[in-house]
Amino acid sequence: MQVELKVTPDKYLPHRYAGASGDFNPIHIDPEFAKQVGLPGNILHGLYTMAQVARANVNAAGGDPRALKRLSVQFRGMGFPEQEITITGSVKEERDGRVVIDTEAEQGGKRIIRNAEAELETG
Amino acid sequence: MGRAASGCIDCPALPVKTDAQGKTYPPFEYEVGKEKIREYAYAVGEDNPIYFDRAKAREAGFRDIPAPPMFAVVYSAGSVGPAVLDPEVGINFAMMVHGSQEFVWGEPVCAGDTITTETSVKDISDKGGMAFYVFESVSRNQDGREVVRGTWTNIVRGAS
Repeated sequence: MQVELKVTPDKYLPHRYAGASGDFNPIHIDPEFAKQVGLPGNILHGLYTMAQVARANVNAAGGDPRALKRLSVQFRGMGFPEQEITITGSVKEERDGRVVIDTEAEQGGKRIIRNAEAELETG
Repeated sequence: MGRAASGCIDCPALPVKTDAQGKTYPPFEYEVGKEKIREYAYAVGEDNPIYFDRAKAREAGFRDIPAPPMFAVVYSAGSVGPAVLDPEVGINFAMMVHGSQEFVWGEPVCAGDTITTETSVKDISDKGGMAFYVFESVSRNQDGREVVRGTWTNIVRGAS
């Protein structure tokens, strides 16, 4: 089983995700504010990127969300709108009808999520 | 410089305040709506019709439109938020980053469910000049079945 997903969040994605999730921290939606606190621009919500990692793994398991039993991630580095994110993963171990997938999310050569581990039910 | 936040190299290291370890917060109830799932699913780029079409969801064996797994953040937020913001926990937000996150899923969540989440402070520790605040949330549906268990780790740089 191979995990691969490419997604490019558009300029207004952080606004839609803020509304959907309820997280309106201005570092995600206000480029001016983000610059004032020393960021290059408004940054993606980490949990949005984690949702892409979840989606990539569910898709690899055939699309049934019930297959995803566990997902743990480490947030390392900032993600930005209007740049492609690539999520890749491969099987780390397989036992009792479950597989553990090592996954990471990369954007512009930087790993923004690493050491992600997804446990999928395949049986 | 004295007590200035930066450049203070001779201040004695203060151990991170751990009084709130083990503290629990009142349960938070969230009613899952079909249109909220649609809004969330659209925002995160889901294209599986089970999130948008009730008939397709039922064909796939769900009671109603299911929530994508990461919708857990939506119904947990009202419980985890107050714990993270609790002055007794004492997080320095200016220096905080969301370090890591884990979810363990159980029973699927569907539109029409009422999810009750309880959060506790699982662990507060420091290591290498960083403080780690670990919160655990447990969410159950109206039948008392566990739907998700979340472990939320916030890291504060510049601690002792």
